[in-house]
Amino acid sequence: MSSVTFVTHEGESHEVPLDDDRSLMQIAVDNGVPGIDGDCGGEAACGTCHIVVDPAWTDTVGMSTEVEEEMLAMNPERHPTSRLACQMTAAEKWDGLVVQVPEFQM
Amino acid sequence: MTMKTLSQTIISTMRSAGDSVQSAAEAAQSALPMNVLLRGAQLYDKTRRMVTGDDKIFTETPIPPAADVALADIDLSNPFLYRQGRWAEYAERVRNEAPVHFRPESPFGPFWSVTRHADIITVDKNHEVFSAEPFIIIGEPPRFMDVAMFIAMDPPRHDQQRAAVQGVVAPKNLREMEGLIRSRVREVLDDLPTDRPFNWVQDVSIELTARMLATLLDFPYDQRRKLVEWSDLAGSMEQANGGQSDNDEVFRGMLDAAKGLSALWHDKAARRAAGEEPGFDLITMLQSNEDTKDLIDRPMEFLGNLILLIIGGNDTTRNSMSGGVLALNRFPDQFEKLKANPDLIPNMVSEIIRWQTPLAYMRRVATCDTILNGQFIRKGDKLVMWYASGNRDERVFDRPEELIIDRKNARNHIAFGFGVHRCMGNRLAELQLRILWEELLPRFENIEVVDEPEYVQSNFVRGISKLMVRLTPKAEVS
Ligand code: HEM
Ligand code: FES
Repeated sequence: MSSVTFVTHEGESHEVPLDDDRSLMQIAVDNGVPGIDGDCGGEAACGTCHIVVDPAWTDTVGMSTEVEEEMLAMNPERHPTSRLACQMTAAEKWDGLVVQVPEFQM
Repeated sequence: MTMKTLSQTIISTMRSAGDSVQSAAEAAQSALPMNVLLRGAQLYDKTRRMVTGDDKIFTETPIPPAADVALADIDLSNPFLYRQGRWAEYAERVRNEAPVHFRPESPFGPFWSVTRHADIITVDKNHEVFSAEPFIIIGEPPRFMDVAMFIAMDPPRHDQQRAAVQGVVAPKNLREMEGLIRSRVREVLDDLPTDRPFNWVQDVSIELTARMLATLLDFPYDQRRKLVEWSDLAGSMEQANGGQSDNDEVFRGMLDAAKGLSALWHDKAARRAAGEEPGFDLITMLQSNEDTKDLIDRPMEFLGNLILLIIGGNDTTRNSMSGGVLALNRFPDQFEKLKANPDLIPNMVSEIIRWQTPLAYMRRVATCDTILNGQFIRKGDKLVMWYASGNRDERVFDRPEELIIDRKNARNHIAFGFGVHRCMGNRLAELQLRILWEELLPRFENIEVVDEPEYVQSNFVRGISKLMVRLTPKAEVS
């Protein structure tokens, strides 16, 4: 089965099943990954699903979009490869993806 | 007052207002130019009121049941709806019968009410079409309160200003503050009377909020109640939101705030210059940031930013602290559930904030013609996003009137708003409430509300002004 790994700011890894066609935020919330709250339910309007993509994966999953920038721009822990997980629909080829969960979630 | 004395008064008032404006220019470089700026603006406002004969706008009269009123006549801006316990039924009617509802006249002019959770998110997210400028309350504050606050600015100006202060609520900073907040909560709780009823609002909610704000600003601890006083005055103006403060009183309060806050700034600068370690407070943060280290030279912006944090953190956390106790009394089975499982505290905190929704709304203005849920909104129209209604939306929350401390989607509440203005203090507020309940549970078996609560007059703040409770301490385990 394919999987995605969330690494918390404390360095704990959470490897969870990757269901395609669902957002990474939904996957994280459903599997109880700590640090991702998804307060706005996936509207790119709260910034509580902030993750940082391993640079090796950016070609596959892409960089942040304009709508994500609205919330990301204000975050002091923003990285060049920061994304809002709710705006990332998982795909089969994402199997093995690793993302960091920064402590600062807005 | 006879005509003669009235006009004389106006003339002399105008003259002194003029003097103030002049001296404002002269004093621009002095230590306290904002005093002068404020005074000029206040005199302007006072003069205008005298000329137009404005007096008190609101007198309380009983509000009929929502079912007896035609839909078109419903005015959600009535500042007595919440106090009279009618808010929920009125909002429910609008939400279900005309979710984007136009009110052509009100003491605050015509406005649209946006009442469903989904529509509110649509508006809150789209700052290009729905501007937060110039104010986020339904009416207009008096001129001297036009201080520059980023809550009422659109990007990019908003983002720059918020970025300068956002760090004060960074997780690392909150961890630093947690210990101090907890010990201050303990002191307050250990001193509460257990042999007689007392007012929870005064002795707990206000006191704890004052302590939290003093921590956030590193404000002189023994003067912490001043922060509450200033914020209360600034947050309850009649023309702004139907509140009760008298303009002269507000003005005196703002003058006092301007003095107190600039003294705080200069004192901090002096202590840092003398080698004191940097703190984790807001002033240190502003003084260490390239963009804001000279903020004191931009008085209206300086005052605006500080007042925003003080107001933002005052009524809101206070009324969540009172609202939690009230809600657990209204739904006693939830109190039992909590005692059986204290791990529910974090989720309960979100649910309390949803249930109370301390700020009823934020206001926006349409920047172009647009359609919202089938309604045609014209450029320049005022829209009020009723968070208090969104948090009762049956489409999102099951049995929305009830407090359910293990509600699955409690965190989807809209009380902090969404989009670029989403509450900056949300994590601090949650922290503060979590600590309160973590410290209450081991101390008290019961917190019983013994009298009907009293509520605040406002269409903006959903406030509880008096909540008499009696505590039952936990039996001593020896
Ligand atoms: C339960 C407690 C609180 C509630 C319900 C609350 C609610 C809100 C709401 C509704 C907004 C506007 C959101 C929007 O326009 O979309 C807001 C903004 C804000 N709040 Fe809070 N607040 C709370 C606590 C605090 C605290 C403790 C602070 C102090 C640090 C604070 C500081 C702010 C600031 C600075 C803004 C402006 C953010 C911006 O415009 O970017 N709030 N809050
Ligand atoms: S869930 Fe709110 S921004 Fe992603």
